[in-house]
Amino acid sequence: MRNLILAAALTLVAAPALAEGGYRMPPLQNAAVTKECGACHMAFQPQFLPQRSWQAIMGNLSNHFGENAALPEATRAEIEAYMVTNASDGLTWKSGFAAGIPADQIPLRITELPKWKREHREIGGAAFTSGKVKTPANCVSCHAAAASGFFEDD
Amino acid sequence: MNKTILAAIVAALSILAVGPATAEPARDAILADLLLQAKTADGGFGGFAAERGKGFFLASPASGKPDTPSCTTCHTPSPQNTGKTRAGKEIKPMAVSANPARFTDPAEVEKWFGRNCNSVLGRDCTAAEKGDFITFMASQ
Ligand code: HEC
Repeated sequence: MRNLILAAALTLVAAPALAEGGYRMPPLQNAAVTKECGACHMAFQPQFLPQRSWQAIMGNLSNHFGENAALPEATRAEIEAYMVTNASDGLTWKSGFAAGIPADQIPLRITELPKWKREHREIGGAAFTSGKVKTPANCVSCHAAAASGFFEDD
Repeated sequence: MNKTILAAIVAALSILAVGPATAEPARDAILADLLLQAKTADGGFGGFAAERGKGFFLASPASGKPDTPSCTTCHTPSPQNTGKTRAGKEIKPMAVSANPARFTDPAEVEKWFGRNCNSVLGRDCTAAEKGDFITFMASQ
């Protein structure tokens, strides 16, 4: 009970954007995405990036953030279709992550997005590169349930 | 079904053709296929060697992408160790003794050699390099 009150109190002090104590994305529903994207990093939900970003990423897998991540064409095409359909500017879910991106830009990193930066503005840069976290792309090191779509407050 | 028969034939061939057996039919089939390729490329090819695989694994060719100078960048220098991707995700050990499921799915093996050889070496690995690598990991 005391923990609950404490948690409630902390939630109230926290930023208004985090009013519900976290952020929800629809869970991934494509086995190829879960398996292939998830082999090297958390399989990011398509609702984070706009369609043009997923097209750019899936069209350049031989140089994927400094690695070759090539896939057989059928798998690549299936993943691109799923990501594009469910993108932040797609029709399936309004994630809010499309907001504020200049129309002439094709962001490749979720961590560059205005909304992502706003949500993390209170976290110091060092916290993102410490041993366990390694990179700000490692969502699950702070948001344990991120892979299932729930980004709880840290 | 066809694949199973093919795997069985390749496995049988591998025994006849002094195939390097690792006591796991799926892995033996992959090695037998690589041996065929290596012999096609070089008629005098004498078989895979764990020692060469070890040298290949520990080398730092740095001829590929700057962030991945070596196989050990992600897999660590010890095949027994749990590795880590650049994004911080754990990679199970490469040593077959520590992870018996290693090198048993031909599509996965091809996919990862294709990616990682190009990331680290800037080119595809040869069949000989792949076979040496698996032979080394199977001996670990
Ligand atoms: C950028 C990180 C990284 C580098 C560098 C890297 N690998 Fe890997 N490797 C992985 C990941 C991730 C997997 C897939 C996860 C797993 O199989 O546990 C993997 C899997 C593999 C597999 C598939 C194993 C199986 O059981 O099917 C092989 C083969 C392989 N790597 C060989 C190599 C070789 C050879 C090199 C060096 C030329 C290398 N890797 C360099 C990250 C890397």
